[in-house]
Amino acid sequence: MTDRRLRLMVAKPGLDGHDRGARIIARAFRDAGFEVVYTGLHQTPEEIVQAAIQEDVDMIGLSSLAGGHMYLFRRVIELLKEQGADGIVVCGGGIIPDDHIPELKKAGVREIFTPGSKLEDIVVWVKENVKVRTG
Amino acid sequence: MKLMSHAVEKVIAGDIRTVARLIRDIDDKVPEVRETLKALYAYTGRAYVIGITGAPGVGKSTLVDQMIGRFRKEGKTVGVLAVDPTSPFSGGAILGDRIRMQRHSLDEGVFIRSLATRGHFGGLTQSTRSAIDVLDAMGKDYIIVETVGVGQDEVDVVKTAQTTVIVVIPGMGDDIQAIKAGILEVGDIFVVNKADREGADKTLSELRSMIDMNQNKYDQGKWKPPILKMEAVFDKGVSELLEEIGRHRECLLKSAGGANFRKTKEKIREELTELVKDRLIQEVFDHLRDSGEFEKAVETVLAGEVDPYTACDHLVFPNLSLLRNGRPL
Repeated sequence: MTDRRLRLMVAKPGLDGHDRGARIIARAFRDAGFEVVYTGLHQTPEEIVQAAIQEDVDMIGLSSLAGGHMYLFRRVIELLKEQGADGIVVCGGGIIPDDHIPELKKAGVREIFTPGSKLEDIVVWVKENVKVRTG
Repeated sequence: MKLMSHAVEKVIAGDIRTVARLIRDIDDKVPEVRETLKALYAYTGRAYVIGITGAPGVGKSTLVDQMIGRFRKEGKTVGVLAVDPTSPFSGGAILGDRIRMQRHSLDEGVFIRSLATRGHFGGLTQSTRSAIDVLDAMGKDYIIVETVGVGQDEVDVVKTAQTTVIVVIPGMGDDIQAIKAGILEVGDIFVVNKADREGADKTLSELRSMIDMNQNKYDQGKWKPPILKMEAVFDKGVSELLEEIGRHRECLLKSAGGANFRKTKEKIREELTELVKDRLIQEVFDHLRDSGEFEKAVETVLAGEVDPYTACDHLVFPNLSLLRNGRPL
């Protein structure tokens, strides 16, 4: 009997040393029954994308609190496209100014969760928007 | 079928996305995966498998990271399977072993995969073994399997390796006792990591005396597990470990008399046992669940109509007698 489970990655791109939020998100995902790969601090977009492909994840959650999100998030999406892995959903969270959100979404970031987002809401969003990829 | 052989070709060619998905399908118990594994089996048996096990926080992932670095310097390719526990409450898992190994993620000669124990009806051993086969068929020279060394399942996992390394740290006291109970027997090499800490020599001598107590096991020129001090984070003692792994490999080669030491009678027996067990349990449970018999039995026990032992008999006997009469379940 096939037992599919969502596999997600939580990643911290760039020179940002704060991962409390990312860790809490990872725990919430675990408690929701997902398998969560956490890759640690100071990751380049290239490292994140390679890890995501090797781990066969369905979603990458990028956390950024240091202001590099406009470059880093878009670079992750670009690399996923280059690798033909753009079936992987990308969402983001952290300190992200409201007026950056439309541009990030235009680039392909599916959702942005800013401070004050409830864990339950994020989990519900994942359940509704992320499916086990078929290819 | 054509699609299947396509996947086989791609694995052998080392296609990362195919390998990544295949391991996912193994983990998720997708039935079609068996056909791919059957076809891949002919391409397995070449990689050398090393098991690394020990309690959480002893430095396994850091050690694996250093080993990857050494093997890569020798020009060897490496596959890593890092197993972390599934939460028994939610079924989810946080897989964090990659954190220590991420510097290798852009290296095409390294494939790292995190696996959760899942824990439904065992099965971890076989799914890990299948994942090893996939990495083997993809051409990795070394495959390192990292597990938290608790529980029978994980002991079985490390038993699939050719060389099993047990990692401990000083000052864990009773943990050594726990190791004595379960895992001492499967260790080929012992490592006392974080050896700059107080009590390293005491831990070393405790391990030594436990191994010596097993003296008759190591008689007749058989392999006697060495114990090494290590500070993996500073890359101290890692070369010595690799030398010992090399020596152990030589020893296995010699005792196999040139035959393939990965496919010994004993290993094949273990693997086949595991396969039959997993398959039977899965088929029986699928049947009981799909027919509703299982839930019905739960209800009758709950209602106090029957005890669980009798309920079990009622579930198992009719199905077993079908089997005995030569009919499939």
